[in-house]
Amino acid sequence: MDRRQALKRGGAIALLGILPAGAATARRTVASGNAQVIEVLAQRFRFTPNEIALRTGQPAVLAIRSLDFVHGFKVPELGIRTDLMPGTVTRVAIRALSPGRYDFLCDNFCGGGHEEMNGSIVVSD
Amino acid sequence: MIDRRRFLQLAALGGGVVFASALPGSVRAAGKNGAAGYEEFFFVQLSDTHWGYSGPANPQADSTLRKAVATVNSLDIQPDFIVFTGDLTHTTDDSAERRRRLSEFRAIVSELKVKDLRFMPGEHDASLDSGAAYKELFGDTHYSFDHKGVHFVVLDNVSDPGASVGEIQLQWLKSDLARLAKSTPIVVFTHRPLFDLAPAWDWATRDGAKAIDILMSYANVTVFYGHIHQEHHHQTGHIVHHSAKSLIFPLPAPMSQPKRAPLPWDPAHPNKGLGFREVEAQVSDARYKITEFSVVKG
Repeated sequence: MDRRQALKRGGAIALLGILPAGAATARRTVASGNAQVIEVLAQRFRFTPNEIALRTGQPAVLAIRSLDFVHGFKVPELGIRTDLMPGTVTRVAIRALSPGRYDFLCDNFCGGGHEEMNGSIVVSD
Repeated sequence: MIDRRRFLQLAALGGGVVFASALPGSVRAAGKNGAAGYEEFFFVQLSDTHWGYSGPANPQADSTLRKAVATVNSLDIQPDFIVFTGDLTHTTDDSAERRRRLSEFRAIVSELKVKDLRFMPGEHDASLDSGAAYKELFGDTHYSFDHKGVHFVVLDNVSDPGASVGEIQLQWLKSDLARLAKSTPIVVFTHRPLFDLAPAWDWATRDGAKAIDILMSYANVTVFYGHIHQEHHHQTGHIVHHSAKSLIFPLPAPMSQPKRAPLPWDPAHPNKGLGFREVEAQVSDARYKITEFSVVKG
């Protein structure tokens, strides 16, 4: 599945950006304009939180901070992937247009628990 | 005297099935000219031995590899060579322990009667140190060799933790193949699938499509790989891809359950889902007959 097909199937719009670590918000979930900002920590071998709830059509930004490794963040069904550089906050803008469960995973091999480093974005009406 | 074909028929009764490499509808063209005069031969593929693993998915992990070595040694007719398609060892953060595991693995497989052994790393061997320890003990992570009319290519899609082959290796692949006739039988060994088998389970190679594009202009290409701990057969264009069982624990069929956790160990059948394979190369028409074997003789 190419990116265009993935976006069509997932019904999502995703944008990637990286900000300095200091730009991270202190609270786990805040509003940024119309977008809901959700902080996510990535460390061997888990994402916290590993289940992220979104409303259909609600713009959101995942602000992902890696603590210990150049983890990957990949949502295959939405055509999203990026590296998570330690010391930076990687911002993934997303607006899911249709309800469903979209699994994400670390796709940079990071050690003995790599295969369990995954989670889901759950989009509901 | 029992001949090889009859031997395989008998052996497969207890060990697996005979599977013709070409999937339905595949085209095998122009192989005869490029391989004229070459004899049939066979090799053995072992994969994902994960030496050093300890856990409930295989409480007998410290003996499975040795049993497989004994079974291969007991084959009445020995293969021309034996290939290990990665994850020789289970990953560890400790670089000294990684070298110890690789050394122990090498010592165990040195007991094989066949001395022509071909290796490649898996992500468990190489991703955390870009293949440094592996290279110290086993040499290059990608290379090619020729055997009785078949050109074999070993591709490394694990030394990069992001599962890329990389532009340097892709250019090497292109130049390595450039000297071959388009009809030359080519076999590729790699660890991860080159195609997007299950990206949500990390069963893919990030730039595998580029490698497949390079291979696509050759008429007779077959890929043998590991990583997914089970048999799987797939076709991209005219290129056929065969994954192998592991020698540590089986994994579920792609996307058949929410998580890619190992299948539970069955004490009544401790080697269930494990095994190795023989591949008989029919060089004249670039076909490969696969025979699956259990860890121990059935």
